[in-house]
Amino acid sequence: MTTRIGVVTFPGSLDDHDARRAVRLAGGEPVALWHRDRDLKQVDAVVLPGGFSYGDYLRCGAIARFSPVMESVVEQARGGMPVLGICNGFQVLCESHLLPGALTRNDHLHFICRDQRLKVENAGTAWTSDYAEGQEITVPLKNGEGGFVADERTLDELEAEGRVVFRYLGSNPNGSRRDIAGITNAAGNVVGLMPHPEHAVEPLTGPTTDGLGFFTSVLKKLVQA
Amino acid sequence: MSVDTTEHAAKTPDVEQPWAELGLKEDEYARIREILGRRPTGAELAMYSVMWSEHCSYKSSKVHLRQFGEKAPENDAMLVGIGENAGVVDIGQGYAVTFKVESHNHPSYIEPYQGAATGIGGIVRDILAMGARPVAVMDPLRFGAADHPDTRRVLPGVVAGIGGYGNCLGLPNIGGEIVFDPCYQGNPLVNALCVGVMKHEDIHLAKASGTGNKVILYGARTGGDGIGGVSVLASETFDAEGPSRRPAVQVGDPFQEKLLIECTLEVFAEDLVVGIQDLGGAGLSCATSELASAGSGGMRVELDTVPLRDATLSPEEILMSESQERMCAIVTPENTERFLEICEKWDVIATVIGEVTEGDRLEIFWRGEQIVDVIPGTVAHEGPVYERPFARPDWLDALQADDAARLARPANADALREQVLALVSSPNQAAKTWVTSQYDRYVLGNTVLAQPEDSGMIRVDEETNLGVAVATDGNGRYAKLDPYTGAQLALAEAYRNVAATGAVPLAVTDCLNFGSPEDPAVMWQFAEACRGLADGCQTLGTPVTGGNVSLYNQTGEQAIHPTPVVGVLGVIDDVTRRTPMAFTEDGQLLYLLGDTREEFGGSAWSQVVHDHLGGLPPQVDLERERLLGEILVNASRDGMIDAAHDLSDGGLVQAVVESCLKGGKGARLVVPDGLSAFTFLFSESAGRAVVAVPRSEEVRFNDMCGARGLPVTRIGVVDGDAVEVQGEFTLTLAELREANERTLPELFG
Repeated sequence: MTTRIGVVTFPGSLDDHDARRAVRLAGGEPVALWHRDRDLKQVDAVVLPGGFSYGDYLRCGAIARFSPVMESVVEQARGGMPVLGICNGFQVLCESHLLPGALTRNDHLHFICRDQRLKVENAGTAWTSDYAEGQEITVPLKNGEGGFVADERTLDELEAEGRVVFRYLGSNPNGSRRDIAGITNAAGNVVGLMPHPEHAVEPLTGPTTDGLGFFTSVLKKLVQA
Repeated sequence: MSVDTTEHAAKTPDVEQPWAELGLKEDEYARIREILGRRPTGAELAMYSVMWSEHCSYKSSKVHLRQFGEKAPENDAMLVGIGENAGVVDIGQGYAVTFKVESHNHPSYIEPYQGAATGIGGIVRDILAMGARPVAVMDPLRFGAADHPDTRRVLPGVVAGIGGYGNCLGLPNIGGEIVFDPCYQGNPLVNALCVGVMKHEDIHLAKASGTGNKVILYGARTGGDGIGGVSVLASETFDAEGPSRRPAVQVGDPFQEKLLIECTLEVFAEDLVVGIQDLGGAGLSCATSELASAGSGGMRVELDTVPLRDATLSPEEILMSESQERMCAIVTPENTERFLEICEKWDVIATVIGEVTEGDRLEIFWRGEQIVDVIPGTVAHEGPVYERPFARPDWLDALQADDAARLARPANADALREQVLALVSSPNQAAKTWVTSQYDRYVLGNTVLAQPEDSGMIRVDEETNLGVAVATDGNGRYAKLDPYTGAQLALAEAYRNVAATGAVPLAVTDCLNFGSPEDPAVMWQFAEACRGLADGCQTLGTPVTGGNVSLYNQTGEQAIHPTPVVGVLGVIDDVTRRTPMAFTEDGQLLYLLGDTREEFGGSAWSQVVHDHLGGLPPQVDLERERLLGEILVNASRDGMIDAAHDLSDGGLVQAVVESCLKGGKGARLVVPDGLSAFTFLFSESAGRAVVAVPRSEEVRFNDMCGARGLPVTRIGVVDGDAVEVQGEFTLTLAELREANERTLPELFG
């Protein structure tokens, strides 16, 4: 039986189709989940995709947090189900308090789309086990509000507990504190990052295929479980 | 407040009406009275005034645009031609593609962010209304001088607006152009192109048929924004004084548009609509009159059922409002409930505002009283048609006589080197990354090529790798020197750009940006450009499928350069065979295809080094363009070339530098016999491309060019980390990159 990975569509989600394609190319079965639906359709993991859920009204991710589907996602995530939040999905995870901190307007005030080098700092999470610690990967980055911020104590804790999963290499694209591109929760099942691994899964359309590892990592973990 | 009903209008023929304020001429107002047999009501006057505006009626341009149909080449791929929201072409495997370019010039000058944003919104809805999923956008842009203070206001706003709207819609921005010239000061051009994909059976048309079918307005609520947008803004020149026209610019909500797209595609998938039309310029006036006139039967609309953002709007304002993110669908009574359900699923407001009636009249009611009673065709299609006088401008002879050949050329190798650096760092030739990095090019996951490649390329089918490529081009400097040739050069360049990436050029869309049609010199430029483009399309076998005309791009007496922007769509059977522009491996052999002549009129060199515009533009040979295109496509299919880059403004040196910087590889060039280094590097002769050929394919490639009679010249090799012109100069990639990439960030930071 193939592993089922849900991809949530909120109104305003944009990269949901791409996330489903990435799941499929990694060998999983993508399952479309709808924001109004509490039913997670017995998926084994969930991806919250990029986009502008609810038009980014109020604050990025702030309204999505209250959607029916998120009640189930939060509950399952606390029970250990792997959840990946990409870009807007990362913002939703922070708003839902599954991850600490917040994402703010890029320090240069422009939207930025570029191929971004990242360093894998933690290869022990549900979504990064196929990478090596210290490995460099390149995936697209595209955001207007990607500056990761948290108070100093939280940042120190994240560092001390090895919960910084990715750091930007080269020039910091958005003013993120300590060059942080992605983090995980204490259990390592919930990961959020601003860059877009789902756009780096085919040589034809991506700068690399470095993003595929996210999806193969979680599929391996779920098969082992 | 009493409403001006049709009954009241019939009884009060002498009421003074504000036809002049609404942009109508005296004879046009008289014609409306003649059509109706009475004075129009306020609501009717509003409808006629917006629909008979230059922007909607094409009254000055129509007589010239007819050539695009009359001279259209036989082309089996054409599924829907000019006149619908957008043209549709067959690309094989059951797929059809629709694409169109439109202008949003005037609003973008007044309010750059919203003007540009709603330009994207409007063209995307046009594509959607054809039944297609929008899959990509592109933006041909023109601004005033790069260092002019107002350009610092307009450009960042326009770029942020395009990004803010397009990124939020989830459409990759895959190309376009950015050109600076003082002639666009006060009249920037913001054109927007959208491409959509559908299956043949999904094509939808804007017509209202079937008595009893429901007219459903869905999407955003109607507000007071954009009133007078087409009649006042887009159809008159700006003057220095006069009231602020800011309220005439619409305000966009891309989130609402994204919902509208998904909702509409779901409605199409369940085959729930009889006809559909987007609401753009002229809003409900346009949608109701065009739907009704294209269908069989009439239409009755209860205008007071329209959901409003502002409850105080008058019926006239509701009819004229250009509030964004609205569509109008004709749905059978049986399907209405399901249609409304799907709208509810996507949180889209949908309201039945009327129905298709027997007879042939469009009747609109306000709180039970009839305020419009017209034959819809008289509003939609029977606007005035002008045979505007045109005359070759008296300044043109002097301009053409001012030959660029007289300009001082670099005296030695050092001067040549300096001029190369000046060229690649000039705002028009400099890297546009500062702009394009603000656009999402990855979303949807099908972008095979995006800017700065010669064309943007999108994968249509993930199984078969069928794809499409689109390029837009238009050189106002060439067109100023000779509008007929300039329009053909724009076509030739876009055609060449598509072929350079390996796609077969198939069809054309155009956005014709000109000054005031009331100036006979401008009208002559327009007539010549139309004639040139229509003749060119006939020769190349690529029909014009639709487009847009933007006139009155002038401030006072000063018109912009005539700027026909041409978009060419091509098809590629297998996108994995695409040809990129980057030189990537040492040892790749560089060949120049085509003939290089002493052609510097309108060139980037003459502008950058001498601030000169004069002489004649490069010659056009469309048969040569076609041959070059065939060679480039065949070479791509058969794996004979690793890279290709079209030669256009800036000439060979600009193309080589761009390909080197993209791939991070240098090149050693040898000046061919019979050419000076200067002409070799800077000439802008058309019909040329530079290609990188792997050594293993050298013989085969040369044989193919020889057999087909295309001139081919070996000019060097990919090597090292510098661009070296043997016997002349060397520029390291680091120097070139610095020069090429610093310009825009320094200007707009």
